[in-house]
Amino acid sequence: MKTIDKKTVEKVAHLARLKLDDKELELYSGQLASILLYISKLNEIDTANVIPTSHALATLKNVFRKDCLKRSLTPDEALENAPSKEGDFFKVPQIIEGK
Amino acid sequence: MRYETVIGLEVHLQLATKTKAFCGCSTKFGQRPNSQVCPVCLGFPGSLPSLNEEAFRFAIKVALALNCRIQAIVKFDRKNYYYPDLPKNFQISQYDMPLSYNGFVDIAVDGANKRIRVKRVHMEEDAGKLMHPEGEDYSLVDYNRGGMPLLEIVTEPDMSSPREAYDYLTKLKAILEYLKVSDCDMEKGSLRCDANVSIRPEGETKLGTKVELKNMNSFKGVRNALEYEVKRQDSVLEDGGKLVQETRLWDADKGITTSMRTKEEAEDYRYFPEPDLVPFVVEKEEIERIRKTLPELPEAKAARFKAAFGLSDYDAGVLTSQVDLADYFEECVKLYPNAKTVANWLMGDVMATVNEKNIDMSELALAPAAFTGLLKMIDSKAISGKMAKEVLAEAIETRIAPEEIVQKKGLSQISDAGAIESVVQGVLKKEAKTVSDYKSGKKAAFAFLVGQVMKETKGKANPAVVNEILKKSLGE
Ligand SMILES: [Zn+2]
Repeated sequence: MKTIDKKTVEKVAHLARLKLDDKELELYSGQLASILLYISKLNEIDTANVIPTSHALATLKNVFRKDCLKRSLTPDEALENAPSKEGDFFKVPQIIEGK
Repeated sequence: MRYETVIGLEVHLQLATKTKAFCGCSTKFGQRPNSQVCPVCLGFPGSLPSLNEEAFRFAIKVALALNCRIQAIVKFDRKNYYYPDLPKNFQISQYDMPLSYNGFVDIAVDGANKRIRVKRVHMEEDAGKLMHPEGEDYSLVDYNRGGMPLLEIVTEPDMSSPREAYDYLTKLKAILEYLKVSDCDMEKGSLRCDANVSIRPEGETKLGTKVELKNMNSFKGVRNALEYEVKRQDSVLEDGGKLVQETRLWDADKGITTSMRTKEEAEDYRYFPEPDLVPFVVEKEEIERIRKTLPELPEAKAARFKAAFGLSDYDAGVLTSQVDLADYFEECVKLYPNAKTVANWLMGDVMATVNEKNIDMSELALAPAAFTGLLKMIDSKAISGKMAKEVLAEAIETRIAPEEIVQKKGLSQISDAGAIESVVQGVLKKEAKTVSDYKSGKKAAFAFLVGQVMKETKGKANPAVVNEILKKSLGE
């Protein structure tokens, strides 16, 4: 198991839009590395014939909802807690292009 | 060097359910911004998604119609990225266990069948809509579209020309329309298409550098964008340059593609299973039950049209290319048995008008009974074919029944021999000089006499009857 390095933590932090300074990067790299090491113990188990578990409630399946309308929020209700709004819209910093 | 083109397409289809994929908000188009939102689709803490049964059924229908295999265990995953059109900061999608995979769509290429493999069809939710007010330093978000049920239909890179891509899209759209699972309206964005295109030296098996094309809002746009892009890539390589893997946007007005700002790092969506949704297991019996509800699809319908009505490959293909057109044709044939005549008129004047007005067959204000009534009037010689074309155009324009137009305008063709006879006699008397010219061998004079009769009757005389009576009167 490859341990996590500072560069990986930096990248993940960027993807999660977290700003970490050098000291924090150092701290979290160490902590995350030890967490991953601990978790990697699971790799010792032979799971070749085990169906992957995608959900904790292994016995529960096929939970559907009927295609029936429910009351939505009004624009006023929806925007009530928005930090910034304009008319019926949420207002956000300008987005240029690309995701 | 000669290059060959490799194209793969990715289509997003909005499913026409009443409510969103994971909550009970309405999917209606064009409503007041942020009026179709709730704690679930706004991603409020503590809210939980729950899958729309109808959306899932629609998805399986599409998968089956595209000859896909259905996954034994269907699970959902979170695709993580930060963008304000996504209130949860992740999109519920499917990663390693998509709803279905390994399907195909057949298209005709130079008269032969070509199989375009469908790699996967998976379900996901749509994102909200961003607006960028001119000259301002902020953007506005409307989440009405956020959480709408989408299907992503991905092909293998099996198309080798923009034309094939266009034909695949046309065929795919026809199938989707037959299934009635989406309104397939590109203008409203319920059907969207992105394309991957690369070129490689002929005979090479490795794929070239792939460019992703976005922002095409019609099938013609897709074809034009691909044509432009193939030429661009060709000239870059011919000039000894190197292609970069990138996303390019189609500019329909300028007819060019431009590079989207390149990202510093590769996309990293950190997919992981969506813990708020349990897995879905589709039993074989359920799949078979849904399969039985599939309608007759374009290929099957075309084959039946050929067998039952003696239509050509081409006619059957055109008439079944849209479900509304096919249904209309069948309605007409019930009322008027000459299928070939119906086909010719539908594919000619009717389709021309529909295309010109940019409407759907379903919006055509001309009931099959009214349309076939017009055809019957031609048969009974009440009107000429030429008049019928005019009446048809007017009927579609004014929504007045063809019979009524003919009556009101006094358009009825004069086929009554007695009535024509008397006009002919009048003309012969008036044009005694022409008559003697004709009799002394000037054959061209005959056409002049026909013209005079037509003029007298304001063009309403049946030309065949006029010809016959004139010949008789002139002693032929
Ligand atoms: Zn909602």
